[in-house]
Amino acid sequence: MQYPVEVPGVSVSNFLRTAKTAIDGEAPKLRTWIKDVNTSLQALDLDPTFATRNVNEGFSGGEKKRHEIAQLELLNPKVAVLDETDSGLDIDALRVVSDGVNRFKADGDKGVLLITHYTRILRYIKPDFVHVFVDGRVAEEGGPELADQLEAEGYDKYTKAATAAG
Amino acid sequence: MTVTESVRSALEVDKVDSHLHPQGSFDVADHIVPTGREEIWRFTPLKRLRDLHGNASLTARSCTATWTEHEGVDIRVVTGDEAASVRGVSKWAPNARFAARVPAEVPASILIDVPADHEMAEPVFPEIEGNDLEATMGAHMTLRFGAHSRAVVVLNHTGSAAVAAVVEVVVGDGADVTVVSLQDWAGDAVHLAHHRALVGRDAAYKHVAVTFGGDVVRMDCNVTYDGPGGSAELLGLYFADEGQHIEHRLFADHTAPRTKSNVLYKGALQGRGAHTVWVGNVLIRKVAEGIETYEENRNLVLSDGCHADSVPNLEIETGEIAGAGHASATARFDDEQLFYLRSRGIDDKEARRLVVHGFFNDLIRKIGVPSIEDKLMKTVEAELAKNVLREDAEAIA
Repeated sequence: MQYPVEVPGVSVSNFLRTAKTAIDGEAPKLRTWIKDVNTSLQALDLDPTFATRNVNEGFSGGEKKRHEIAQLELLNPKVAVLDETDSGLDIDALRVVSDGVNRFKADGDKGVLLITHYTRILRYIKPDFVHVFVDGRVAEEGGPELADQLEAEGYDKYTKAATAAG
Repeated sequence: MTVTESVRSALEVDKVDSHLHPQGSFDVADHIVPTGREEIWRFTPLKRLRDLHGNASLTARSCTATWTEHEGVDIRVVTGDEAASVRGVSKWAPNARFAARVPAEVPASILIDVPADHEMAEPVFPEIEGNDLEATMGAHMTLRFGAHSRAVVVLNHTGSAAVAAVVEVVVGDGADVTVVSLQDWAGDAVHLAHHRALVGRDAAYKHVAVTFGGDVVRMDCNVTYDGPGGSAELLGLYFADEGQHIEHRLFADHTAPRTKSNVLYKGALQGRGAHTVWVGNVLIRKVAEGIETYEENRNLVLSDGCHADSVPNLEIETGEIAGAGHASATARFDDEQLFYLRSRGIDDKEARRLVVHGFFNDLIRKIGVPSIEDKLMKTVEAELAKNVLREDAEAIA
């Protein structure tokens, strides 16, 4: 989700445990789970007390995104859709978030669908496939080299073509 | 009853035209039988009150009250002159007929007397159990907390009864007091309650009303101040099921400077004909400079066919205040919240459970009595199991 929603009264740790239980079909073992949560938060430069806060309540933009990445690591889905995870991040947070995505992807056979308006996150995350999406259609497809091309030329030619066609 | 010195001084407070609170009086004759058209009665289903608001007999003993002894604290039933001496001590002239009738007609009062400077290690848990729905009764209780004392009193109402109750609370200067009232009645009980507190100088008073049970429960919770610097935190939690009427009315009467009031009531409704009413009112008198007040009511509507009334009011006689505000919101489940949780693998029912759990959890954590907090969380779960989380829940969601 582009704007992670506040869930008042539900702590991060309760939320994560409930989601983990739902995905695995059984509650995670308490001892290893707490350790896993702490490790994951630490890797994202989040304080351990973060787990006691209510989901997304009063989180800064950066904290929201880091929290999303912590979920990525702990819930370990087969496919993750990251919708503008890079928006509103400063350069340090962008690096922390990108490292998290790369760790997730390196850990086995996973799919990541990364949606972004910018190319700067592609300096940290190497995509396997790039699709240029304009006005509801895929305007171009390619490998990582397409990302480099976008970096150099921008999206202008696609948006102009779309306007001309429209 | 005889007008005591304390009552006389209460009546000398400058009269203010509060549109929500007619002038009080201890004389029953001054109170007409409400017709339902009065501002303070317009939401209440009078027909279901068994005439407790009018002329029902108040002399039956259809509830039993039990409690455990606590060292240094006087807990007992008082009658006669002694009962008269503990009535009206909260300096609040009744503004409803039943609230005037109870002290005038009920023969005995329960008194909990905590001496000055006494710090109670454990809460007092008076258990009030109704055992006869047919015989209407009146009940009077006085909770008196001496200066600088610390205490928690938890009134637990269970069983079936039709009761008009007045609870007077006197919080001494500098005392720190919590009074919790749990309405965990059987589904047919009728409970008309008038809780009123006088908060001393620099004292901290917390009142928590929790209503799950009963056919009709109406609780008026009033607070006034006996000196500057006192604070009142008025919390409430209610859960109305099919056909239930649950009404809470709050009134913080700021009669002294630099006093505080903070009201937070949260409710959930489920099932056809579930009706909740919350009316909050704060009166800031001319003398009450530098006060701070906030009142908030939130309702979560869990199914079709429910009705929630929420009316915050603020009557201001002086602009020289630190802050005053109120908020009210009544809504169904937030689709965005549910979507967020479901996108993380949590199924729909579990997501709903989590949202309601969170909705009440914030409030429950403010109560500050651990044994009650655990119990309430479980009660919320049990209420949810009746409706939102039951097997065919999709049909009504």
